[in-house]
Amino acid sequence: MKEPFGGYLLNIAFRLLVPFTVVYSVYVLILGESSPGGGFQAGVVLSFGIVLGRLIMGEDCKLFNIKTKNTLVIAGVGTFIYSLAGWLTLFGGGKFLDYSFLPFAAEHANELHALGILMIETGVTICVMMTILNIMDAVVKRSDDDGSAE
Amino acid sequence: MMRGFVITVLALLTGLFCSSVTYLPVIGDPYSVPNQHITPVYIAQSELDTGSPNIVTGTLADYRGFDTMWETTVMFLSGLTTTLILTSSTMGRRPEKEDEYE
Repeated sequence: MKEPFGGYLLNIAFRLLVPFTVVYSVYVLILGESSPGGGFQAGVVLSFGIVLGRLIMGEDCKLFNIKTKNTLVIAGVGTFIYSLAGWLTLFGGGKFLDYSFLPFAAEHANELHALGILMIETGVTICVMMTILNIMDAVVKRSDDDGSAE
Repeated sequence: MMRGFVITVLALLTGLFCSSVTYLPVIGDPYSVPNQHITPVYIAQSELDTGSPNIVTGTLADYRGFDTMWETTVMFLSGLTTTLILTSSTMGRRPEKEDEYE
């Protein structure tokens, strides 16, 4: 992380904006239960951080350039985490998405509800982030192909 | 002919909607029908039931959790469909480069 990223502005943008954006998205996700925010917003902010990192680092950085195949799979995994919360409550003996029956150890039902809300919002965050990266990948690949063909 | 028909239908629908606006409940009216049905229960019971001080999160993730689940699924499917449409429509145009799309 010592070498510059191609200019003063890009250094500042990468070293300040990208970590701040990623941490802020986790903040929005965790505090979405008690303040404005939530899974959808956190996913958008997180995907913005990754898009920013991709714009600065270019095509070479493997960390920010997730392959389209993997983004599709991970978006599906995010959706699966959501429904997994519902199935866990079914196995715990309750109705679908009734967080009081989550099979975790907690003293009070409210904590289980908070855990369930956090779990489904994590799933929503992963799905939103990967869907946005997915669409961006598709558009970039499409425009690259069109440019090279003409 | 077709154009006149479309314009007539659109004008009729616009007039219908504009006249029905006056029958809608006033926004923020506490005595309107939707605000008296289930909303007071949510406002009173949300923190006790869901353990979340945010009524919006409690409603979205707990009371209407099934709705939000399919909302997420719809978004995933729309992203998948967009990717498929955008990446596969170039296949037919240049079949010699088809190997690049995995």
